[in-house]
Amino acid sequence: MSYLTAFITGGIICAIGQILIDKTKLTSARILVAFIVAGVILTGLGIYEPIVKWGGAGATVPLTGFGYSLVKGVIKDVNSYGFLGIFTGGLKATAGGIAAAVFFSLLAGLIFRPKIKT
Amino acid sequence: MNQQFTKDEYSKFVDKKSPNSHLAKDMAWAFIVGGIICTIGQGIMNFFTARGLPKETVSSITSILLILIAVILTALDLYDSIGKRAGAGSVVPITGFANSIASPAIEYKTEGYVMGLGAKMFTVAGPVLVYGISASIVVGFIYFLMH
Repeated sequence: MSYLTAFITGGIICAIGQILIDKTKLTSARILVAFIVAGVILTGLGIYEPIVKWGGAGATVPLTGFGYSLVKGVIKDVNSYGFLGIFTGGLKATAGGIAAAVFFSLLAGLIFRPKIKT
Repeated sequence: MNQQFTKDEYSKFVDKKSPNSHLAKDMAWAFIVGGIICTIGQGIMNFFTARGLPKETVSSITSILLILIAVILTALDLYDSIGKRAGAGSVVPITGFANSIASPAIEYKTEGYVMGLGAKMFTVAGPVLVYGISASIVVGFIYFLMH
């Protein structure tokens, strides 16, 4: 069951992204920025949490879920450390993904050659 | 000149893939591919949750594994092939974020390891982190004032 709700939720979020790409001609960089900020705002408003509850990875794997993790981390650290948590919580919660993306990409860049453009 | 071309080309590869295709067909592809990537993520989550790992650890492991898969597919030049059909289905998931870092890392190593590989990998990821982190700080500040 969790697979079905993840598929549907992730599918819908990506289909919304496709509407933005087709209708607004936004570049993928702008789409990614829009989705992470949307995730942050929706989580802040308490709207994204129920979507995560129902959709599981369907809501956390898209970049809106990255925004969700940032806010969850900030709130957790504000509860534990007060004001300082505003600055420490977000990156703490997302550190694994960011560090992995940077390090694996560095390895890929060191090992692989760019393909020849024709 | 050449640098500008390749940068634009990368960020617009989805837009250019099929200029005359219909929205419904694009959305169906985005839905299916995005759905499949999230289902794989759910599989990883279920696997580690069943092994008794805490929720936050599971979520970190899931992101790291999906990112690893995406970087490997990017390095083998397969991720862009998926993207030509999938559009937003391959851009919006965290794998698309990983692809946006790995792709220029490979592409720009010829411009040097510091200002090429090291700097260009953040062409897309940089803005994503800048606006994502900043927005979360604003939300955190509001939350702090309310509690």
